[in-house]
Amino acid sequence: MPSTRDIRRRIKSVKNTAQITKAMQLVAAAKMKKAQDQASHGRAYAEMLNKVLVNLKVHAEEGIHPFFAEGKGDKTLVLLIASDKGLCGALNTNLFKKLLNTQIEGEVEYVTIGRKSVQAINRLRRTLLADFPIKDPAKFAEVRAVSRFIQDKYRTGEYKKVLAVFNNFINTVTILPSVEQLLPVNPVTLGGKRDFGHEITPAAAATLEYKFEPSAQVVFETVLPQYVNDTVYQMVLESRASEHSSRMVAMKNATDNAKQMIKDLSLEYNKLRQAAITNELLEITTAKMALE
Amino acid sequence: MPLKLEIVTPEARIYSDEVDTVVLPGYEGEMGVLPAHSNLVTTLVPGELRITKGGKTIELAVGEGLVEVTGSVTRILTDAAIDSEKIDEKAAEEAIARAKKALETLKPGEQQEEVAAAMAAIQRATIHLNIKRKRRTI
Repeated sequence: MPSTRDIRRRIKSVKNTAQITKAMQLVAAAKMKKAQDQASHGRAYAEMLNKVLVNLKVHAEEGIHPFFAEGKGDKTLVLLIASDKGLCGALNTNLFKKLLNTQIEGEVEYVTIGRKSVQAINRLRRTLLADFPIKDPAKFAEVRAVSRFIQDKYRTGEYKKVLAVFNNFINTVTILPSVEQLLPVNPVTLGGKRDFGHEITPAAAATLEYKFEPSAQVVFETVLPQYVNDTVYQMVLESRASEHSSRMVAMKNATDNAKQMIKDLSLEYNKLRQAAITNELLEITTAKMALE
Repeated sequence: MPLKLEIVTPEARIYSDEVDTVVLPGYEGEMGVLPAHSNLVTTLVPGELRITKGGKTIELAVGEGLVEVTGSVTRILTDAAIDSEKIDEKAAEEAIARAKKALETLKPGEQQEEVAAAMAAIQRATIHLNIKRKRRTI
């Protein structure tokens, strides 16, 4: 049975923890707002670019651009986007689980963003090609370096395709770990449900003829690298929004739990104190009665 | 048959409505799009984009991007689009001055990305100024 002093000490330590988690919750909430706005603003652009290119892919003559066809090699490049810091619930664990459950044929090599993903890849003893530290909030110029690295690798033809593993942000409590194909150009889902409302089926699209100005080659050569840059950037934004939301929720739960614990401990403490007082009173009365 | 126009930038969906006609700066020069235009894909160069709807004209300054025209929908993806009325002349002039200064400090042949970024900034600001000043003289 713990003494009242022990309980008092425990209440104090739980209170301190609650204070820290509360502070982290507030910080995460502020960052979350910004990250969510950023992610949702960029989504329309990235989605439409993807839509347009998927439509155009059907018309592209074979071999017009390397990004439209699978590479000759049989290796797969995986871009893994996780958070830099922990204390964000099961966010990263779920993402890595998703990665491990995904069947990828042939040799797999990794490019990572975020410290947690580097750690995971090292722990799993997989081949790590490069790691890119990206600050928070993410800057486009930093992400462009990652994108350029991936494009250069893909152009060598050693890789069959490039996959991206990241957290799709749907809303504050729902985060979807996703695996999407970045290259060759493929429909990509960013954040929640995808509105493919006026999507043209490949068969119908094939009957549509497009004219390219000045030529298909020039158009694709300018647009496709931009497409990869922007898609990777959007994926990073989705991941960041997920990270901050997840951390906010985790910290809120921690604070709530700490508060509940303080309540329980206080109750126990008061019970003990009352028991001690009653005991003392009893002793005094018995002593008095013995004297009479 | 109406012509649906959609303009999106990485920051926001700028415009999404049915219009009568749109004139945009394409790779091979200014190009007008009317309803039932044949299917076309081209790149967008920085310049002035005019939307006409019900006799009213809206002018936008746009950056680089991609244009997809199908019979009923015109989709414009660009890195920047700003309403000509919202262009800040002073800010544009300052941007030019700043970029020129940056160009002087950079050595040629080195830091190509920074040079390209500065050049792009000058081009963008110049277009903003041109559009703004043209409107005033009319």
